[in-house]
Amino acid sequence: MPLDWVWGLVGGLMIGSAAALFLLMNGRIMGASGLLGGVLDGSRRGPARSEALWFLGGLIGAPLIWHLLRGAPETQLTSNVAVLIAAGLCVGFGTRLANGCTSGHGVCGISRLSLRGVAATAFYLLAGMLTVWLFRQFWGVI
Amino acid sequence: MRAGLALIAGAVFGLGLLVSGMTDTTKVQGWLDLFGAWDPTLAFVLGGAIIPMAVAWRIAARRREAVLGGPIAAPTDAKITPQLALGSVLFGVGWGLSGLCPGPALASLSFGGWQGAVFFVAMCAAMIAQPRVTAALAGVR
Repeated sequence: MPLDWVWGLVGGLMIGSAAALFLLMNGRIMGASGLLGGVLDGSRRGPARSEALWFLGGLIGAPLIWHLLRGAPETQLTSNVAVLIAAGLCVGFGTRLANGCTSGHGVCGISRLSLRGVAATAFYLLAGMLTVWLFRQFWGVI
Repeated sequence: MRAGLALIAGAVFGLGLLVSGMTDTTKVQGWLDLFGAWDPTLAFVLGGAIIPMAVAWRIAARRREAVLGGPIAAPTDAKITPQLALGSVLFGVGWGLSGLCPGPALASLSFGGWQGAVFFVAMCAAMIAQPRVTAALAGVR
Protein backbone atom coordinates (compact mmCIF):
# COMPACT_ATOMS: atom_id res chain seq x y z
CA MET A 1 0.00 0.00 0.00
CA PRO A 2 1.31 3.46 -0.87
CA LEU A 3 0.14 4.88 2.47
CA ASP A 4 1.96 2.28 4.55
CA TRP A 5 4.44 4.81 5.83
CA VAL A 6 1.65 7.10 7.07
CA TRP A 7 0.10 4.24 9.06
CA GLY A 8 3.59 3.32 10.25
CA LEU A 9 4.12 6.85 11.52
CA VAL A 10 0.66 7.05 13.14
CA GLY A 11 1.08 3.65 14.79
CA GLY A 12 4.58 4.61 15.89
CA LEU A 13 3.28 7.79 17.52
CA MET A 14 0.69 5.66 19.35
CA ILE A 15 3.38 3.24 20.55
CA GLY A 16 5.53 6.14 21.76
CA SER A 17 2.55 7.81 23.45
CA ALA A 18 1.76 4.58 25.31
CA ALA A 19 5.37 4.40 26.49
CA ALA A 20 5.29 8.08 27.53
CA LEU A 21 2.03 7.57 29.44
CA PHE A 22 3.37 4.52 31.29
CA LEU A 23 6.59 6.34 32.20
CA LEU A 24 5.06 9.63 33.38
CA MET A 25 1.90 8.29 35.04
CA ASN A 26 3.11 4.99 36.51
CA GLY A 27 6.84 5.66 36.47
CA ARG A 28 7.51 2.44 34.59
CA ILE A 29 9.43 1.44 31.45
CA MET A 30 7.26 0.05 28.67
CA GLY A 31 9.29 -2.98 27.68
CA ALA A 32 7.19 -5.91 26.46
CA SER A 33 9.78 -8.60 27.22
CA GLY A 34 10.52 -7.19 30.68
CA LEU A 35 6.84 -6.91 31.62
CA LEU A 36 5.96 -10.40 30.36
CA GLY A 37 9.21 -12.07 31.49
CA GLY A 38 9.09 -10.48 34.93
CA VAL A 39 5.58 -11.83 35.48
CA LEU A 40 6.50 -15.29 34.17
CA ASP A 41 9.74 -15.82 36.10
CA GLY A 42 8.41 -14.24 39.30
CA SER A 43 11.01 -11.47 39.46
CA ARG A 44 8.25 -8.82 39.42
CA ARG A 45 6.34 -8.64 42.69
CA GLY A 46 3.74 -6.46 44.35
CA PRO A 47 2.46 -3.42 42.44
CA ALA A 48 5.07 -3.88 39.69
CA ARG A 49 3.53 -7.29 38.99
CA SER A 50 -0.10 -6.22 39.10
CA GLU A 51 0.52 -3.17 36.88
CA ALA A 52 2.40 -5.38 34.42
CA LEU A 53 -0.59 -7.75 34.33
CA TRP A 54 -3.01 -4.87 33.66
CA PHE A 55 -0.70 -3.60 30.91
CA LEU A 56 -0.51 -7.05 29.32
CA GLY A 57 -4.31 -7.30 29.55
CA GLY A 58 -4.67 -4.10 27.55
CA LEU A 59 -2.02 -5.20 25.08
CA ILE A 60 -3.81 -8.50 24.36
CA GLY A 61 -7.37 -7.22 24.88
CA ALA A 62 -7.43 -4.12 22.66
CA PRO A 63 -6.36 -6.02 19.51
CA LEU A 64 -8.90 -8.73 20.44
CA ILE A 65 -11.69 -6.12 20.48
CA TRP A 66 -10.42 -4.68 17.16
CA HIS A 67 -10.45 -8.24 15.77
CA LEU A 68 -14.07 -8.78 16.87
CA LEU A 69 -15.26 -5.41 15.50
CA ARG A 70 -13.27 -5.09 12.30
CA GLY A 71 -12.07 -8.58 11.40
CA ALA A 72 -8.67 -10.17 11.70
CA PRO A 73 -5.74 -7.88 10.92
CA GLU A 74 -3.19 -8.96 8.32
CA THR A 75 -0.47 -11.38 9.41
CA GLN A 76 1.40 -14.14 7.62
CA LEU A 77 3.12 -16.17 10.29
CA THR A 78 4.90 -19.24 8.96
CA SER A 79 3.31 -22.70 9.45
CA ASN A 80 6.70 -24.37 9.80
CA VAL A 81 6.52 -25.66 13.39
CA ALA A 82 10.30 -26.06 13.75
CA VAL A 83 10.85 -22.44 12.67
CA LEU A 84 8.09 -21.20 15.01
CA ILE A 85 9.55 -23.02 18.04
CA ALA A 86 13.15 -22.06 17.25
CA ALA A 87 12.14 -18.42 16.73
CA GLY A 88 10.08 -18.31 19.92
CA LEU A 89 12.93 -19.81 21.97
CA CYS A 90 15.46 -17.34 20.50
CA VAL A 91 13.20 -14.34 21.11
CA GLY A 92 12.28 -15.39 24.66
CA PHE A 93 15.78 -16.33 25.77
CA GLY A 94 17.54 -13.50 23.93
CA THR A 95 15.32 -10.66 25.13
CA ARG A 96 15.58 -11.77 28.75
CA LEU A 97 19.36 -12.24 28.55
CA ALA A 98 19.74 -8.81 26.93
CA ASN A 99 17.16 -7.37 29.34
CA GLY A 100 15.06 -5.79 26.61
CA CYS A 101 13.54 -6.00 23.16
CA THR A 102 12.25 -3.64 20.47
CA SER A 103 10.08 -1.66 22.89
CA GLY A 104 12.46 -1.48 25.88
CA HIS A 105 15.83 -1.11 24.17
CA GLY A 106 14.46 0.27 20.89
CA VAL A 107 11.76 2.80 21.77
CA CYS A 108 12.56 3.58 25.43
CA GLY A 109 16.35 3.25 25.12
CA ILE A 110 17.06 5.10 21.87
CA SER A 111 14.74 7.98 22.86
CA ARG A 112 17.00 8.75 25.84
CA LEU A 113 20.13 8.03 23.78
CA SER A 114 21.04 5.11 26.02
CA LEU A 115 24.27 3.46 24.91
CA ARG A 116 22.90 0.02 25.78
CA GLY A 117 19.65 0.69 23.95
CA VAL A 118 21.39 1.85 20.79
CA ALA A 119 23.90 -1.05 20.91
CA ALA A 120 21.19 -3.68 21.53
CA THR A 121 19.12 -2.30 18.63
CA ALA A 122 22.14 -2.42 16.32
CA PHE A 123 22.80 -6.04 17.32
CA TYR A 124 19.25 -7.31 16.86
CA LEU A 125 18.69 -5.37 13.63
CA LEU A 126 21.89 -6.71 12.07
CA ALA A 127 21.19 -10.25 13.31
CA GLY A 128 17.62 -10.04 11.99
CA MET A 129 18.72 -8.77 8.58
CA LEU A 130 21.39 -11.45 8.31
CA THR A 131 18.89 -14.14 9.33
CA VAL A 132 16.30 -13.08 6.75
CA TRP A 133 19.01 -12.90 4.08
CA LEU A 134 20.40 -16.37 4.86
CA PHE A 135 17.09 -18.16 5.37
CA ARG A 136 15.32 -16.45 2.46
CA GLN A 137 17.96 -16.09 -0.22
CA PHE A 138 20.00 -19.24 0.42
CA TRP A 139 17.84 -21.82 2.13
CA GLY A 140 14.38 -20.58 1.18
CA VAL A 141 12.92 -21.63 4.54
CA ILE A 142 11.05 -18.39 5.31
CA MET B 1 -6.00 4.41 39.02
CA ARG B 2 -2.54 2.94 38.46
CA ALA B 3 -4.14 -0.25 37.16
CA GLY B 4 -6.41 1.73 34.84
CA LEU B 5 -3.51 3.71 33.39
CA ALA B 6 -1.50 0.52 32.89
CA LEU B 7 -4.47 -1.00 31.05
CA ILE B 8 -4.85 2.09 28.84
CA ALA B 9 -1.11 2.21 28.07
CA GLY B 10 -1.20 -1.48 27.12
CA ALA B 11 -4.26 -0.95 24.92
CA VAL B 12 -2.75 2.06 23.10
CA PHE B 13 0.48 0.10 22.63
CA GLY B 14 -1.44 -2.87 21.19
CA LEU B 15 -3.50 -0.73 18.82
CA GLY B 16 -0.37 1.18 17.77
CA LEU B 17 1.30 -2.12 16.90
CA LEU B 18 -1.74 -3.09 14.78
CA VAL B 19 -2.05 0.26 13.01
CA SER B 20 1.67 0.51 12.30
CA GLY B 21 1.96 -2.95 10.74
CA MET B 22 4.27 -4.37 13.41
CA THR B 23 1.94 -7.34 13.90
CA ASP B 24 2.12 -8.14 10.16
CA THR B 25 5.05 -10.55 9.93
CA THR B 26 5.35 -9.93 6.17
CA LYS B 27 6.04 -6.25 6.77
CA VAL B 28 8.52 -6.95 9.57
CA GLN B 29 10.44 -9.50 7.52
CA GLY B 30 10.24 -7.10 4.57
CA TRP B 31 11.93 -4.45 6.74
CA LEU B 32 14.66 -6.91 7.67
CA ASP B 33 15.04 -8.03 4.03
CA LEU B 34 17.53 -5.28 3.27
CA PHE B 35 19.07 -7.27 0.42
CA GLY B 36 15.71 -8.24 -1.12
CA ALA B 37 12.39 -6.42 -1.47
CA TRP B 38 13.10 -3.96 1.33
CA ASP B 39 10.09 -2.39 3.06
CA PRO B 40 11.04 0.87 4.86
CA THR B 41 7.75 1.20 6.82
CA LEU B 42 9.29 0.19 10.16
CA ALA B 43 11.71 3.10 10.08
CA PHE B 44 8.64 5.36 10.32
CA VAL B 45 7.25 3.25 13.16
CA LEU B 46 10.44 3.49 15.21
CA GLY B 47 10.90 7.17 14.32
CA GLY B 48 7.30 7.94 15.27
CA ALA B 49 7.58 6.05 18.55
CA ILE B 50 10.78 7.80 19.60
CA ILE B 51 9.30 11.33 19.31
CA PRO B 52 6.74 11.23 22.18
CA MET B 53 9.11 9.17 24.29
CA ALA B 54 11.99 11.63 23.88
CA VAL B 55 9.65 14.37 25.13
CA ALA B 56 8.57 12.13 28.03
CA TRP B 57 12.19 11.58 29.15
CA ARG B 58 12.75 15.35 29.20
CA ILE B 59 9.65 15.86 31.34
CA ALA B 60 10.65 12.93 33.57
CA ALA B 61 14.06 14.49 34.18
CA ARG B 62 12.39 17.52 35.78
CA ARG B 63 10.00 15.55 37.97
CA ARG B 64 10.67 14.04 41.38
CA GLU B 65 8.06 11.34 41.02
CA ALA B 66 5.46 9.89 38.66
CA VAL B 67 2.09 11.64 38.35
CA LEU B 68 0.40 8.78 40.22
CA GLY B 69 3.17 8.72 42.82
CA GLY B 70 6.23 6.55 43.26
CA PRO B 71 9.60 6.84 41.59
CA ILE B 72 10.08 7.23 37.84
CA ALA B 73 12.24 4.46 36.45
CA ALA B 74 15.71 5.84 35.85
CA PRO B 75 17.76 3.24 34.00
CA THR B 76 21.44 3.47 34.81
CA ASP B 77 23.30 3.34 31.56
CA ALA B 78 25.58 0.46 32.39
CA LYS B 79 28.18 -0.95 30.05
CA ILE B 80 27.61 -3.02 26.95
CA THR B 81 27.98 -6.52 28.35
CA PRO B 82 28.45 -9.86 26.57
CA GLN B 83 24.93 -10.74 27.78
CA LEU B 84 23.50 -7.67 26.05
CA ALA B 85 25.29 -8.49 22.80
CA LEU B 86 24.61 -12.24 22.78
CA GLY B 87 21.00 -11.81 23.92
CA SER B 88 20.28 -9.17 21.28
CA VAL B 89 21.83 -11.28 18.51
CA LEU B 90 19.72 -14.30 19.57
CA PHE B 91 16.64 -12.10 19.69
CA GLY B 92 17.44 -10.76 16.20
CA VAL B 93 17.71 -14.30 14.81
CA GLY B 94 14.29 -15.22 16.23
CA TRP B 95 12.80 -11.92 15.06
CA GLY B 96 14.09 -12.50 11.54
CA LEU B 97 12.91 -16.13 11.42
CA SER B 98 9.35 -15.31 12.51
CA GLY B 99 8.80 -11.58 12.02
CA LEU B 100 7.58 -11.38 15.64
CA CYS B 101 9.04 -9.61 18.66
CA PRO B 102 7.49 -9.85 22.15
CA GLY B 103 5.04 -6.89 21.90
CA PRO B 104 3.45 -7.94 18.61
CA ALA B 105 3.47 -11.60 19.73
CA LEU B 106 1.21 -10.56 22.61
CA ALA B 107 -0.88 -8.15 20.51
CA SER B 108 -1.55 -10.76 17.80
CA LEU B 109 -2.49 -13.60 20.19
CA SER B 110 -6.19 -13.19 19.32
CA PHE B 111 -5.69 -13.44 15.55
CA GLY B 112 -2.33 -15.16 15.08
CA GLY B 113 -3.87 -18.64 14.87
CA TRP B 114 -2.14 -21.78 16.11
CA GLN B 115 1.12 -20.48 14.65
CA GLY B 116 1.06 -17.46 16.96
CA ALA B 117 0.22 -19.71 19.90
CA VAL B 118 3.13 -22.08 19.21
CA PHE B 119 5.54 -19.13 18.96
CA PHE B 120 4.12 -17.61 22.15
CA VAL B 121 4.42 -20.81 24.20
CA ALA B 122 8.04 -21.32 23.05
CA MET B 123 8.84 -17.69 23.86
CA CYS B 124 7.31 -17.92 27.35
CA ALA B 125 9.09 -21.21 28.07
CA ALA B 126 12.44 -19.65 27.15
CA MET B 127 11.67 -16.58 29.26
CA ILE B 128 11.01 -18.78 32.29
CA ALA B 129 14.08 -20.94 31.62
CA GLN B 130 16.53 -18.10 30.93
CA PRO B 131 17.50 -17.14 34.52
CA ARG B 132 17.99 -20.81 35.45
CA VAL B 133 19.97 -21.67 32.31
CA THR B 134 22.21 -18.63 32.72
CA ALA B 135 22.82 -19.44 36.41
CA ALA B 136 23.61 -23.08 35.57
CA LEU B 137 26.08 -22.04 32.85
CA ALA B 138 27.74 -19.57 35.24
CA GLY B 139 28.09 -22.39 37.76
CA VAL B 140 29.88 -24.59 35.22
CA ARG B 141 32.49 -21.96 34.46
